[in-house]
Amino acid sequence: MRPVFAVSGGVSKFAKARPDKTFQAVVKEAYDYAIADLSLDFPGFTSVVDGSVASYFSDHFTRQLMAGIMVQDYLGLVPKPGHRVEGGGATGGLCFQEAWKSIASGHMDVCLAYGFETMSHVETWKGNEFIALASDISWDYPVGGFYSGYYAMMVTRHMKEFGTTVEQMAHVSVKNHINAFHNPYAQKKERYTIQDVRSSPMVAWPLTRLDICVMSDGAAVVILASEEGVRRIEAAGGKIPRPLVRVTGIGRGTDAMRMSDRPHVDFDTFLRDYATEQERSSNETRSYYKKLWDHGTRYPGVHSFRAGRAAGNMAYKHAGIADPLHDLDFVELHDAYTSSELQTYEDMGLCRYGEGGPFAASGKAFMPGVDYGLKLPEKPVCPVNPSGGLIACGHPVGATGLMQAVFAAWQIQGTVGKHFADSRLQVKDARRGAIHSHAGTGTYVTVSILEREA
Amino acid sequence: MAKLPEQRPETLGGYIVHGIPFPVETDPDSLAFLKRMAPLQIEQEYRITYLHSYGQDSPWFAAASNRRLLGTQDPKSGYTYATPRGHDMFSGEETRWIDITERKAHVHAFTVCHFGSEEFLPETPFVLALIEFEGVNTLFLTRLMGVDPLEASLDWIGMAVQPKFLRNSKLKPTDVYFVPAKA
Repeated sequence: MRPVFAVSGGVSKFAKARPDKTFQAVVKEAYDYAIADLSLDFPGFTSVVDGSVASYFSDHFTRQLMAGIMVQDYLGLVPKPGHRVEGGGATGGLCFQEAWKSIASGHMDVCLAYGFETMSHVETWKGNEFIALASDISWDYPVGGFYSGYYAMMVTRHMKEFGTTVEQMAHVSVKNHINAFHNPYAQKKERYTIQDVRSSPMVAWPLTRLDICVMSDGAAVVILASEEGVRRIEAAGGKIPRPLVRVTGIGRGTDAMRMSDRPHVDFDTFLRDYATEQERSSNETRSYYKKLWDHGTRYPGVHSFRAGRAAGNMAYKHAGIADPLHDLDFVELHDAYTSSELQTYEDMGLCRYGEGGPFAASGKAFMPGVDYGLKLPEKPVCPVNPSGGLIACGHPVGATGLMQAVFAAWQIQGTVGKHFADSRLQVKDARRGAIHSHAGTGTYVTVSILEREA
Repeated sequence: MAKLPEQRPETLGGYIVHGIPFPVETDPDSLAFLKRMAPLQIEQEYRITYLHSYGQDSPWFAAASNRRLLGTQDPKSGYTYATPRGHDMFSGEETRWIDITERKAHVHAFTVCHFGSEEFLPETPFVLALIEFEGVNTLFLTRLMGVDPLEASLDWIGMAVQPKFLRNSKLKPTDVYFVPAKA
């Protein structure tokens, strides 16, 4: 496989509704930003790009089939090759990795990954119904299809199994909303307290409205290139910041659509098939897990996302990461729910299974130098969702995973201050970060590693 | 105390408007002004009826309409599914039907939905629960009745429950629901 570089990106304004433009024109906002950041104009970039991958989740929201080709057309990319990928909430992450494959395989030297969603065309509760159709329509949807309900069930099991508290989850909401206060792309800019989160309207017990991301209209694009692609862009007059941002690892996992079908494996199977290298090699951690299993814990059940663990392990192996918490300078992960951020800490090996709650409230995942109004017992180690994540930035599904890639690339370029007009969210000397994209109840999960080229 | 709502719910619907403001002349200045025009939005209705087949899972619905709860089982390994699968996920072998109506059952996880998808909004608040059965490897998603949705408690997890069946079957998985087990 050839080296792949994330050379530029752009994000449209995420908003509750963007009636001012059609979805093609919203994508073009992000696209124009990305090519301008390369110091290229529209014809200049068209002359160097080989093709594209399109990311959008739902045909229902737009009531438009083949919306991808309409964007391809609007961006002036026809007749270049392109295709659409779809995998629920992980669509953007899958798109990023498909574009990576196009470059790594040698099929393309410059590939555009673009994603979008226009969720405002239906009312909120109809939108929730569309999303719930991403659950088994024979067995799950008719019982009361509602994604917030599905995630709430998963976290009640986590709470029962591990003693996780709603206040620990609320720390995630406070952190991500306050981070987003410094992100001009974010849909929500609010300073909340733990009390605000808990006293907001209950949606699906124990998740309140402030534990849950909002629906959005928006778009994001990422431009990936090979070494030859970098040369080609620069030969056309493009400017790419050095050091380059290289995509050094990709990983994916899947799980059963029906939560009810997820297995409950024994201790030995967990250690053999799912434990991280770090967990497997630690006597203390093996003993910790043995105690959990002796008390009845089984894996993944509905309290953990096996696909996230599989994706993380695969990406870490690819990128040579042994200790995620210390080897990563930041993580942008799929926090559609505060509970799923907390569960994902565990899946990605930032802490052990069962410790996501205390980890969320420890301070380790917070940004240094930002006032959260909280007494945090520990210093930041690996900021999670420094951008504000989905909870505050919004979640236009097809764009979300690519938004994460753009923000991660800017972190590693050290250009957050330039793009946000505020350096508060720049992780100091960020060399390596992970992006994590997640589909309905953990069915598809992707993890990709971006790092500064040596 | 929960915050009181400060915003009225947004809904579609309203008046049909005839006559859209537009420049009387299409001179260059007027055309240039169109770049400052606010977007027009229209409502589009879309209704469809699907003919959905339960396929190999059909016997489950026939059973529920006759007050029996079925699961499936891999004949060799004995791996048992509370939500039926026609083929085992490990061996790929065709499963057989088993009757789990009388198995001991407990709440494995739950939530109370205070909001929901549009179709289910009128039923809120309702309790969704995943049920575990003795000797069964997987779970079953259902509605839990007989508990106060406004008094949700983690203590509900582990509670013994038993199935109840609708007298008038709708041929949906909600033909069965669960209630706290009688002592």
